[in-house]
Amino acid sequence: MNQTELIEKINFNIIQGRMTAEDEGFDEGLEGQPAVTELIEQAVEAGIDAKIIVLDGLTGAMETVGAKFDKGEYLIPDMLASAECVGAAMDILAPLLADAGVESKGKFVLATVAGDLHDIGKNIVAIMLKGAGFEVLDLGNDVTTGRIVEAVKANNAQFLGLSALLTTTMREMGVVIKALEESGLRDQVRVLIGGAPTSEAFAAEIGADAHCRDAFHAIDLLRQMAA
Amino acid sequence: MGLAFRDGTIVKPYERLDKEEIIRLHKASLAILDSPGIWCYNERAAKLMGAAGAKVSEAVEFGQTLWRIRLPAGLVEECVAMAPSQVVLGARKPENRLLLDAGTPRIYFGSGSETNVWLETEMQSFTSADGGETVQIPRFQKRRGSAALLCRAAHLGEQLEHLDFFIRPVNVQDEGVTEDNHDVNKFFASLNNITKHVQAGLTRTDRLADLVRMGEIITGGPQALRENPIFSFIACVFKSPLQLVQDTADKVFAIVEAGLPIVISSSPQGGSSAPIQEAGMVAQINAEILAGVTFTQLIRQGAPVLYGSVPVRARMDDLHDLYGCPEFNQYNIDCAQLARHYEIPCYSTAGVGDAKVPGMQAMFEKLFTHLYMAMSGAQYIHYAFGLLDRTNTFCPVQAVIDDEQIGKVKHCLRAPKVGEAEAQDAVAMVEKVMGTSHRLFARHARKAIHSGDVSDPYRFEAKGMEDEVIARALDRLAEIEALPPVHLPAATVDRIFEEVPGLLPQLRVSQDA
Repeated sequence: MNQTELIEKINFNIIQGRMTAEDEGFDEGLEGQPAVTELIEQAVEAGIDAKIIVLDGLTGAMETVGAKFDKGEYLIPDMLASAECVGAAMDILAPLLADAGVESKGKFVLATVAGDLHDIGKNIVAIMLKGAGFEVLDLGNDVTTGRIVEAVKANNAQFLGLSALLTTTMREMGVVIKALEESGLRDQVRVLIGGAPTSEAFAAEIGADAHCRDAFHAIDLLRQMAA
Repeated sequence: MGLAFRDGTIVKPYERLDKEEIIRLHKASLAILDSPGIWCYNERAAKLMGAAGAKVSEAVEFGQTLWRIRLPAGLVEECVAMAPSQVVLGARKPENRLLLDAGTPRIYFGSGSETNVWLETEMQSFTSADGGETVQIPRFQKRRGSAALLCRAAHLGEQLEHLDFFIRPVNVQDEGVTEDNHDVNKFFASLNNITKHVQAGLTRTDRLADLVRMGEIITGGPQALRENPIFSFIACVFKSPLQLVQDTADKVFAIVEAGLPIVISSSPQGGSSAPIQEAGMVAQINAEILAGVTFTQLIRQGAPVLYGSVPVRARMDDLHDLYGCPEFNQYNIDCAQLARHYEIPCYSTAGVGDAKVPGMQAMFEKLFTHLYMAMSGAQYIHYAFGLLDRTNTFCPVQAVIDDEQIGKVKHCLRAPKVGEAEAQDAVAMVEKVMGTSHRLFARHARKAIHSGDVSDPYRFEAKGMEDEVIARALDRLAEIEALPPVHLPAATVDRIFEEVPGLLPQLRVSQDA
């Protein structure tokens, strides 16, 4: 398989949401054929430039997936499957990109705040962010304010995502922002919040930079922030 | 049989009666048929039953001759056993045929009622007195049923995914339609706009031959029509309580002799023409249906017949029918069980209520019976689409709303998929997901979602703070009505107009036109 064919296959399998050969895709009958992980490894072995793989193989595929989602052809599980594929590809490519001096889109610390065990939404955001090219540091759920502040500082993170599902725990987000201010970190990090009980008004009230309705909205906001 | 049929949904029937209760009701029905027996107003039917061993005595009531017939249990049981347990209802498209098998609770839903009123719906804007708020509210307009509206109803029925058969929901009352040409026009308007099974009552016995000719032209000949009966008939041969109607009995003779399928339908009203108590209602309606089935089998052994049960109860404030109530479900599920006991496919009822317009009351009454009667396992459930104001109004947008509801009911009652392979897949999936950091099953839902194993959200939901079901269903109705009709080929239509008298000229449209 030459470079063009390999990149096309990577692109196709991301759109299909096939991470490994055993995965089924959107279309029938693909099980058993090499998928994104195997194809990326082949591409690396073949000496294809990691930047070309990212630009031609991954980025274009995710744009196609996004368009399919907008048209209603794809649903959230399809988007996630594709984003997971990109995440898996980036795990393989990250060291090569670093060696080549290519930086990620930014370091993103993510956490469900203290007292809250809900993490489905936060996990979806993690997958989508990784698929969009961010370096994601997922701290998990029920994370103390101290750990969050420490992670932002230690990783020199540009972005912090805070999640809460309960009206009783959402207030903790304001506590985190205050702690960032007190630690002198607030100016270096953009704080994005999300979760069912949160709103734009609440984000403004606690001093967050943005409120995300869902993972896709988060990606859009980040794109706007980068522009 | 190697034929194509609509899938239907095979359910695990909810059984209200135990075996002893079924036998008790069966015996009560036989006791009713023995004494007091039935009041028969058709001499030919009386003679037929008398010749078969029934005790027949002539009487005069209100100056009219009638025959009191006492049917022996043995005769009834013998005839009921002759009725076929499988009935095929044909269709213009082979894949739209229905296989009604008394031994398999495969359910099909269809329309019904032959109402006189067509209810048109439109959304209108209303603004508050201070001009601060505007809301959209559905307004309704009644139209008199016509051949054109029947064509529209059949076209709609063709496109409604979950409508499996078509009983015309609106009557033809055009100028030029008489009792004489009523049958040919109602059947032609239906058959020329839908490729699913068509069923109706017969208005005039002497026009049956014209209908048969129409069917033979469409299917390709006498043999083809009997093998693929694209239409069948409903005969309410009993006027409750227990009176065999003269002209309907003649129609039963004619239809059965023509070799076409027939529903023996009875619809007593609990509290007026039958006992309101469950045991009394069901024993009586069962007696009436058994006598009707016996009649068909005496005319022709093995005649394809459906056990047609439409028991209702009376409202006690005005003695009208009351459909969307617990007793309706109780009566009807009992009948479905009795039909299963006799191994005769069951024609049953759901989706009727007192609501006059689409809305919350209609939604309650319809879901209450759609779900319950589907669970009963009755094979052929009519009245299910678009009816309002009991059986007096047909509303197309309500039919669209009902289609969505029936689709959900069918989905809900699908057989569980919990075989060995599924159990193994589940274990492997859990193991795989627990090996990831995010522990999300979403990507593993893809196949189930895209194959239709997992249902879609309610089609007419609104995202905001308003209920937009009717507005959204109206949009869907407009989409459906814009689809091309499924008319018969021009050569077929021309031949029907040449050989079948009395057709309205405005109905002469064809696929090639």
